[in-house]
Amino acid sequence: MRLVDRHGRRREHPSFTAPDHAVLAELHRAMVIGRRFNQQASTLARQGRLAVYPSSMGQEAAQVGGVLALSEQDWLFPSYRDSVAMVTHGVDPVKTLTLFRGDWHSGYNPHHYRCAPQCTPLATNASHAVGLTYAARRKGRDVAALVLMGDGATSEGDAHEAYNFAAVWNTPVVFLVQNNHWAISVPVHRQSIAPTLAHKAVGYGMRGYNVDGNDAAAVHSVVSHALAEARAGGGPAIVEALTYRIDPHTNSDAPQRYRDSAEVEYWAERDPLARLETLLRNEQIVDDGLLGIYERDAERVATAVRDRMAVEDKLDPDSLFTDVYAAIPPALEQQRRELAEELRQV
Amino acid sequence: MAHTPPTPPTGTETAATASGAAASAAAAQGAAEVTMGAALNRALHDAVAEDPDVLVYGEDVGPLGGVFRVTDGLTSTFGEERCFDSPLAESGIVGTAIGMAMYGLRPVVEMQFDAFAYPAFEQVVSHLAKMRNRTRGAVPLPVVIRVPYGGGIGGVEHHSDSSEAYYTHTPGLRVVTPGTPADAYSMLREAIACDDPVVFLEPKRRYWSRQSVDLPVRTEPMERSVVRRPGSDVTLIAYGPMVETALEAAEQAAAEGRDVEVVDLRQLAPFDDATVAASVRRTGRAVVVHEASVFGGYGAEVAARLTEQCFHYLEAPVLRVGGLDVPYPPPKLEEHHLPGVDRILAAMDRLQWESEWVEGHG
Ligand SMILES: Cc1ncc(C[n+]2csc(CCOP(=O)(O)OP(=O)(O)O)c2C)c(N)n1
Ligand SMILES: [Mg+2]
Repeated sequence: MRLVDRHGRRREHPSFTAPDHAVLAELHRAMVIGRRFNQQASTLARQGRLAVYPSSMGQEAAQVGGVLALSEQDWLFPSYRDSVAMVTHGVDPVKTLTLFRGDWHSGYNPHHYRCAPQCTPLATNASHAVGLTYAARRKGRDVAALVLMGDGATSEGDAHEAYNFAAVWNTPVVFLVQNNHWAISVPVHRQSIAPTLAHKAVGYGMRGYNVDGNDAAAVHSVVSHALAEARAGGGPAIVEALTYRIDPHTNSDAPQRYRDSAEVEYWAERDPLARLETLLRNEQIVDDGLLGIYERDAERVATAVRDRMAVEDKLDPDSLFTDVYAAIPPALEQQRRELAEELRQV
Repeated sequence: MAHTPPTPPTGTETAATASGAAASAAAAQGAAEVTMGAALNRALHDAVAEDPDVLVYGEDVGPLGGVFRVTDGLTSTFGEERCFDSPLAESGIVGTAIGMAMYGLRPVVEMQFDAFAYPAFEQVVSHLAKMRNRTRGAVPLPVVIRVPYGGGIGGVEHHSDSSEAYYTHTPGLRVVTPGTPADAYSMLREAIACDDPVVFLEPKRRYWSRQSVDLPVRTEPMERSVVRRPGSDVTLIAYGPMVETALEAAEQAAAEGRDVEVVDLRQLAPFDDATVAASVRRTGRAVVVHEASVFGGYGAEVAARLTEQCFHYLEAPVLRVGGLDVPYPPPKLEEHHLPGVDRILAAMDRLQWESEWVEGHG
């Protein structure tokens, strides 16, 4: 499914239409910011200011297109790769990086942003989304959820249990699978021999969609449709977005060991930003002035991230003890005193 | 994410490039410095070369050579049939290994990190550990599960767990962990040759630790604990990543006039009571150290056994030094969690030396 080809030309589709001009412009703006954020975070990782950064360079359309399809009250369940989705969802960019900075496991209050903590154990947060939307329905609230997972993650048993629960309970969850063709060094054809990953939906009685993940308009359109259906009781869905991880798995990966740079170039020519920009310009939806503003917005986000991260956080070792239980148990209280004493002596 | 860790002091690429070929070249020239990562790599190469039933698989163990490069060169040397990437599913990895072992293969599988082995827990506990027993000996399972474990590398969450107690509490599994490169080689070879399932815990922060050793090497049988450093005042009991730390603590204690014996447990389960008990009967004092949280940790078992077996020889209670009883903290706080030399020395200071002095001179 594709609505904008790699040359920025519109493509007709029998059942899907592209979002309106305002949404197209917003998709592009979010991608410009997302890309700049990816670059900035990768730089910080190179400088050692982040312990690690899994870049989503090249996957901006899939993340932005999915997230902007959400309604105000909906939840996002991201994985480690999904910083751009989170920033687009409204999470403070610096708090998005807290995990990678090594400051804490999650830098934000999930309730505040309606965004679950970034999930590292693959596919394990997918069932959380099913449970959360089930609970919301029980409480009479119209809440849907978008789960972000990778192609590799669809091989995990947890993914399949979540798909089945969502389908059987008919909860409004869309599983957006970013098929970026690699799970670290393992190509997707070693994960699955199904015709597409979207086919996995069939066995669970769900709808499955396959979309050009570098076409933000198409991703937005399909995820919006899937969310609307799910909300209306039509059941959950898997949306497979075909995209590509341009950068290494993380800054400490060695992609030359397992993939050809020609493949990277092939995908770089299918860049999600370039094609939407072409369309927006050709159809005079945005002009140089507006594009300049997007660039400046992106630069402002990057500068803020850089400046705020330049200030070394003072982490209080006492925070190790404060949120393990609702109240600190006596034995832990004693370890807390002992550590304080240890630190006084040095 | 396989957040392959930020570069440790000696450099991630050290382990990455320390291939089996490099190790053999070094061995040819006499005792050479070998990292633990290279020793493990060489053990896999040698085991695959020697026994056609041995095969290696898991996540990213093929062309990439594993995120720590422990399987480096296996696929290019021996081909896809002997070392390959599987679908990304730990339960499936261990489950299929069980099936392979039922039919005569000797699979060596890798869990990418400690915490990513948890999806396989069902297979490990309900099948791997029990098959021999359920079938009254008819179906042994010679499976090795390699797990890089423990912290100290600045890994983000789920990359630093010390999960040994989950396994040692499961009868039917052998749980081993090397503390030196020589042991890493020898114990992995032994684990692969062993007819019991072995959870082979690799102290990831020690992948870059070096030792002068000729490979191949055979050290003591893995089920035996060894005295790494003789001493007469107190027994310091350690394993895996803490062996090096314990030896360092012993050095420092020596400078302060205390003679510390260090025991490296090596095989955590089944337990070698004789070696540790003999040591503690000699010294009269014992401290157990591990990275894992102390409560319900492996040290509790060691302390209990020593109390049962050495009660009348003990001058002080057996003490435990370990991680705090908190979930593994983020990189910037892990130094406060992990036991280091200072905490070990402080524990040794608490072994009631004064009362002995008073008695001795009273
Ligand atoms: C349960 C589990 N096993 C293994 C890992 C280690 N790991 C981290 S990312 C990754 C590859 C994931 O690939 P994919 O799902 O395609 O996501 P991508 O990284 O490409 O975004 C692996 C094996 C993990 N995080 N969790
Ligand atoms: Mg992927």
